[in-house]
Amino acid sequence: MNETSTTPATDAPNSAEDPTAKRGSLATAPSASSGPDRADLRPENINDAVIRLAGNSQDGIQSAGAFLARLAGRSAQEVMTYMTIPATISGGPSIFQVRMGTGEVLSAGDEADFLVAFYQHSYQDHIGFLKDGGVLLYDSDNVTPDLGDKRFVYVGVPITGLTVEALGGTAKDKGKNIFILGLIAKIFHLDVEKLTILIKEKFAGKDVSIANTAIMAFTAGYAYPVGNVLTKQYKFEPHVPKEGERAQITMDGNQALAYGLIAAGVRYGSGYPITPWSSVMEILRSELPKYGGMFVQAEDELGAVSMALGFSFSGYLAVTGSAGPGISLKTEAIGWASMSEIPLIIINVQRGGPSTGLPTNVEQSDLFQAIYGGHGDSPRVVLAAATVEDCFYIAIEAARIARKYSTPVFILSDTSLATRIEAFDEPHLKDLMLDPKPDLSPRTGFKPYAVDQITQHVPPGSPMLDGKYPLVTGLEHDEMGHPTGSPKMHMAMTAKRRNKLRKLAEEIPVPEIYGDAEGDVLLVGWGSTYGPVHDAVKLAREHGEKVGALHLRHVHPFPNGLEKVFARFKRIVVVEMNDQGLYGFGQLATVLRARFCEPKIESTTKTDGLTFRVKEILERVFEGRSFAARKIPREGPAIVHADPSSENVKTLQEVVPQGVG
Amino acid sequence: MSDTLTTTTDAPREKLTKKAITADHPTWCPGCGDFAVLASYYKVLEKRQLDHEKIVTLAGIGCSSRFPYFVNGYGAHFIHGRAVPLASGISLARPDLHVFLFGGDGDGFSIGGNHLNHGARKNVNLVYFIMDNFVYGLTKKQTSPTSPIGFKSKTDPTGAIDQPVNPMKQLISAGASFIARTHATQVNHMIQMIERAMDHQGFSVIECLSECVEFFPGAFDPANPRKGGAFEVIQEKTWDGTPEDELRHDVTDELAAYKLAQLPFPGVFGVFYQNDRPTKNALEKKWIETTREKTGNASDLQLLQKTFDRMK
Ligand SMILES: Cc1ncc(C[n+]2csc(CCOP(=O)(O)OP(=O)(O)O)c2C)c(N)n1
Ligand code: SF4
Ligand SMILES: [Mg+2]
Repeated sequence: MNETSTTPATDAPNSAEDPTAKRGSLATAPSASSGPDRADLRPENINDAVIRLAGNSQDGIQSAGAFLARLAGRSAQEVMTYMTIPATISGGPSIFQVRMGTGEVLSAGDEADFLVAFYQHSYQDHIGFLKDGGVLLYDSDNVTPDLGDKRFVYVGVPITGLTVEALGGTAKDKGKNIFILGLIAKIFHLDVEKLTILIKEKFAGKDVSIANTAIMAFTAGYAYPVGNVLTKQYKFEPHVPKEGERAQITMDGNQALAYGLIAAGVRYGSGYPITPWSSVMEILRSELPKYGGMFVQAEDELGAVSMALGFSFSGYLAVTGSAGPGISLKTEAIGWASMSEIPLIIINVQRGGPSTGLPTNVEQSDLFQAIYGGHGDSPRVVLAAATVEDCFYIAIEAARIARKYSTPVFILSDTSLATRIEAFDEPHLKDLMLDPKPDLSPRTGFKPYAVDQITQHVPPGSPMLDGKYPLVTGLEHDEMGHPTGSPKMHMAMTAKRRNKLRKLAEEIPVPEIYGDAEGDVLLVGWGSTYGPVHDAVKLAREHGEKVGALHLRHVHPFPNGLEKVFARFKRIVVVEMNDQGLYGFGQLATVLRARFCEPKIESTTKTDGLTFRVKEILERVFEGRSFAARKIPREGPAIVHADPSSENVKTLQEVVPQGVG
Repeated sequence: MSDTLTTTTDAPREKLTKKAITADHPTWCPGCGDFAVLASYYKVLEKRQLDHEKIVTLAGIGCSSRFPYFVNGYGAHFIHGRAVPLASGISLARPDLHVFLFGGDGDGFSIGGNHLNHGARKNVNLVYFIMDNFVYGLTKKQTSPTSPIGFKSKTDPTGAIDQPVNPMKQLISAGASFIARTHATQVNHMIQMIERAMDHQGFSVIECLSECVEFFPGAFDPANPRKGGAFEVIQEKTWDGTPEDELRHDVTDELAAYKLAQLPFPGVFGVFYQNDRPTKNALEKKWIETTREKTGNASDLQLLQKTFDRMK
């Protein structure tokens, strides 16, 4: 937590002596920041907090976390942005991490300020991620922490017992999540009214008793005299709204992709389920009919890409998507899209590979596949989303490029973007929304593949007044789409397909450099490393380093002019989550080196299936500097889960796939 | 939305002639059965006077799949085996178009087998014409999924050993809603079958025994009267209540169709099965309509705005 003001002793009542405080066990260790000063009870102003909830997935951790996230989004006055990191395994240990801040929140946070442990295993697994001076809030009915470890502040609350008591015992211990939400609301002075509305909205349409039960649990948590056991309370600094500031909306990366496509006028698509892509197709399947469109679940990925190409051929730019294994299956048809110059959006929500790999972990190892995956010279465009918000805008950019250049366009996302929730400024839908209908007006003298033009197909149904109809084909063809084996024609057509993407490269702006525009080190990233890379730059600059960050959303083709940026830095370090390969460079680093012949380009990669931590980047880039020394992860005690049957024993990495663990 | 698309042509339509729909000269070997299929297609298009711009001719890969190049009309030459989903996408998004798909036995029953089954199951509205020559023509005489046991090919020099696919049985069990069989030497029959397939709403498949004179000559002589064979046509029930009618084939009877499919080679020709179950096109359309209604036919902007408002 960033403490922005040290609050002097005040008139706050010393409620530790409150006689009603019977149930809480108090064990406060001196913490680095506050000390056991009893008088220090007025809420301390903060502008950033990382809260990690750790329990089992059936405890509704995700929904408690989501409430916090939604509240943050709705409370633009107090909290601007946050990120959450849910785990996706059901039935096992689960966490949800929320980072809320009044300022700009870029990454999910390396360490937690506040850890809520439901079980002994939650405590054991995650105490290593609690900051020195951080608060451990634990269910004293289930957890016995090592109170001798003086680095933390301990707050024990008999959460299970109190929840059962509050709900009359009928609900068993269901509702603990909402009870904890109440506790957190109290500790952080959150807006109770807004939270109550959110809870009611969430259960709207269900039996009223469910909402009532939830409110009871919330009220019980909120009423708990936590002040007796926690000598500090926190309050987010009021957010000062900027001129023209917009409301915040809250969603995950897959939702943002789906709604971005809808805004971009994409009305048709086809896919086949695979983690972590599935929810994009699920959303589109139920949303598109509202817009008069259709998303079809195909028999497999080959069918899905083929059907999507059918939609595009018929005049409606379409989308297909998958994760790595499914993209492999689509590859042949994507080559056809390059050759026949049919526009298509292909989403790859990347996960750990190859093969089934690490299906619930994050990796950026499909960049080569996106750029080069395919036989023959088959140019295509590759874009990569940086944040959840960017998932929305990158979908719009992909549609724009696909239409303008009549080309397949990849969107690379990944597990971490897909599953985390962010709040961002509501887009100006009025200015963004498109719904292009096929233009069926009559044509004459139309050539689908005029060598000197960028292909724009005419949808079937448009009369050709000269009676000559175009064909689209995967065979090398002449200007009307009829097959030719002419060497000259193959050369001309290959050049035509390549040159249109060179044209595209001319119009892509060089991304703005974050931090120093010249200096010692330039960090280059793509995709979801945006947050940690930018946070690393921020931190390094606070320590006097001359460092900047360049983030590429257009990864193929690159914008022109990057060489000028590279010239202004002594070192260029490409940060990415994939392997260094046989020659010691990650995938983006390899392509950049090939493109710019720039020997300064270094590469830092990793393959642990987890997102980059800020410290991890600093340690690699600024090895030996004291500020970059890595404190985490601290090894917690060995993980022993209650249920030892083999399928229930999960490693920490399995449980925390999104990389905070 | 798509069915409201209208073509704006005020000019009186010219008659659709064979000349208008003819494109490149076919590259097939002289005598190849596929010529007759092309000729029949031209005939049907001419006879039915479809709007030229609404005819879409599609294919996968193979000798037979070169088809779209020989037709002057919108068309796509796709990849090997995947033309069913391509055609399905076109049919679903553009019900105003006439979607015709052509291909071979390898394209349809081998590499595209899964798509064939699922296109049939989904009952997407299109006409799929399979030119079955019991061999891989384009790649020059390898065993195909319909090659009979014992057929000597480059990949089975001592004779094919795997049991061939029975196209009729497979299509019946996959759920195709119109299934017919014809022979490339029987042009009138073939035209009838194409017309009936066109008139059927749903996934209409015609298997046509179409000889590869190059790599499996004489394969279909047993069903060619001019070569001493017998072209036995299925007698369909006329429902006239006569005792003869009792013996005729009820095209809506799946089990009866299956029995016909069991007959030894060369079997019988005609419509094996026809079922008027709802098409995917109709079911999706209905879903879109009820969904649109529920939204009060809101504009796209209103819809997305409402979704975003819920995410605030
Ligand atoms: C993915 C892929 N695999 C293999 C081929 C090679 N190939 C082209 S056509 C064909 C078989 C064609 O047989 P069939 O579908 O029966 O058509 P025919 O030539 O007999 O009309 C094969 C194997 C290909 N083009 N693409
Ligand atoms: S090889 Fe066979 S199928 Fe191909 S064109 Fe020649 S005769 Fe026809
Ligand atoms: Mg064949």
